[in-house]
Amino acid sequence: MGSTARSGAGPCIEAAGLVRQFGKDIRAVDGIDLSIGYGEIYGFLGPNGAGKSTTVHLLTTLLPPTSGRASVAGHDVSTRAGAVRQAIGVAMQEVALDPVLSGREHVLLQGALHGLRRSERVRRGGELLEAFGLAAAADRKVGAYSGGMKRRLDLVLALLHRPSVLFLDEPTNGLDVPSREALWHQVRRLAREDGVGVFLTTQYLEEADALADRVGIIDLGRIVAEAPPGQLKAEIGRPTIEVTAAEPAEEMAVAATLALFGSAVPARPGALAIRVEDATSGLVEIMRALAANGLALGHVEVRQPSLNDVFLAKTGRSLEGATEQAERVGA
Amino acid sequence: MRRSLIQLRWLARRSALRTLRRPAAFYPSLLFPLVLLVITTGGLHLSEHVPGFPATSYFAFALAGAFVQGALVGGVNAGVDLATDMQTGFLNRLSLTPTPRRLVILGELAGAVVLALSQAALYLIIAVASGVRLASGPGGAAVVLALTVLMSLAFSSFGAFLALRTRSSEAVLGTFPLTFVLLLFSSFFMPRALMHRGWFATVAAWNPVSYLIEAVRGLVITGWDTGALARGFAVAGGLAGLAVALTALTLRTRSVAA
Repeated sequence: MGSTARSGAGPCIEAAGLVRQFGKDIRAVDGIDLSIGYGEIYGFLGPNGAGKSTTVHLLTTLLPPTSGRASVAGHDVSTRAGAVRQAIGVAMQEVALDPVLSGREHVLLQGALHGLRRSERVRRGGELLEAFGLAAAADRKVGAYSGGMKRRLDLVLALLHRPSVLFLDEPTNGLDVPSREALWHQVRRLAREDGVGVFLTTQYLEEADALADRVGIIDLGRIVAEAPPGQLKAEIGRPTIEVTAAEPAEEMAVAATLALFGSAVPARPGALAIRVEDATSGLVEIMRALAANGLALGHVEVRQPSLNDVFLAKTGRSLEGATEQAERVGA
Repeated sequence: MRRSLIQLRWLARRSALRTLRRPAAFYPSLLFPLVLLVITTGGLHLSEHVPGFPATSYFAFALAGAFVQGALVGGVNAGVDLATDMQTGFLNRLSLTPTPRRLVILGELAGAVVLALSQAALYLIIAVASGVRLASGPGGAAVVLALTVLMSLAFSSFGAFLALRTRSSEAVLGTFPLTFVLLLFSSFFMPRALMHRGWFATVAAWNPVSYLIEAVRGLVITGWDTGALARGFAVAGGLAGLAVALTALTLRTRSVAA
């Protein structure tokens, strides 16, 4: 049966000094500590090759750790792997389905392997297929499914046995915007209403920002920052106000006025930007000063610090740039 | 125990369905041994007149080779399927359930064994329909099927071992020509007693496939040849034991994670 027990007191995922080494030199996961509670959505953010998927493999018992220890749903991943697998649901980065089986056949197979009774397999599977919009296609072979349908079926299979801990490894890769938002809604509901602990890896900043209660930023196998997204952003930076002068000839005068309210930071070509303590009051004061000097603006934009700024501050590299760099190396 | 049997049944069902629903993979492995049987019978049927040849029908003589060839090809296919499951990540999906990993691999092999058994039953039906009368009777047919199960388990386990070692369906498929080497350098075409005493006879004597063929062949054309049967079951059992042990050892020391 699915493990529905929620240990209210203890964490659903705990790791201490977790290491996974490949060969003699490559430490894909390099001493990770984690403590994640039931009902919490933990966003694991990092570029490709940072160690996100390897961490998921360790926590889901697919790979044994080289050193350190971890427990999931109260069970040690090394010594009680079967109990861990009973408690978890996993949607991997690559949607692995058998193209010659139908959606319903996948559900029945997965249910049988999780030990669900036949009636439960049929009932629960039917409910989930319906909830994820797959009921009409349930008896079609998966080879004919679209990418989004395969991803949704993958989630149905991950949730079939009512797991108490859910691992989602880059779950919105390849999903269109409505499907992505539907998935976010489901994940929030599972965490808030059912108390499921969710470990979500992503390389999308907005996904971590929108979903996660806490974010861990991983780079080169190590967690370089961990806190709620708002706190992380507040720690590293202040908002930026970016403007363009209405008249190019007034750009110097606008820059001089802006300099009175904050330090200049790099901006888009043709624009000027400063970092301020508070976006609202700063913007009001700047607008007053510009008006007093008879200067007009063509464009104004207030930007709050992003998780990319956090990544930049902690690693010295941009998250997007790190991902692109990793992809180029991978290619 | 009951739960394990349910898991095994579903895994075997999926393994068999996967093969049956891919005609391009299924029919060649089903028909190829029959085609080779027809060709060799057409080309070598005059061997029936060679003094000392043990059968009056070359078709009946060569029939045993089809059972062994079917099991060999099925073993390669089982390995290719398992490697494909590793490459696509489907084995990860199965391994992320509470089903023990040895049971996951056994389920993949069980599907191959069920298919081999069905294939062997079909060959028996075709043989009887073609006028072959099993010298050992209906009991002999049951023993042929039992030996087929053991052979299929052995060759499928070797396929699984290769899949777990290489993680590459291409690498496992690359061993396909080896099945022909094993068949051609055995008593597939001619009884060992009629081979010239040279290197070929020596190779055939060391080739375990010879003893598998001779065990089935005995049941078809001779009757209850206990010596041939004992050697055949010993070789099949030994190969199965070795292959299962190698697979289990590999499974313990290597991760299945894609």
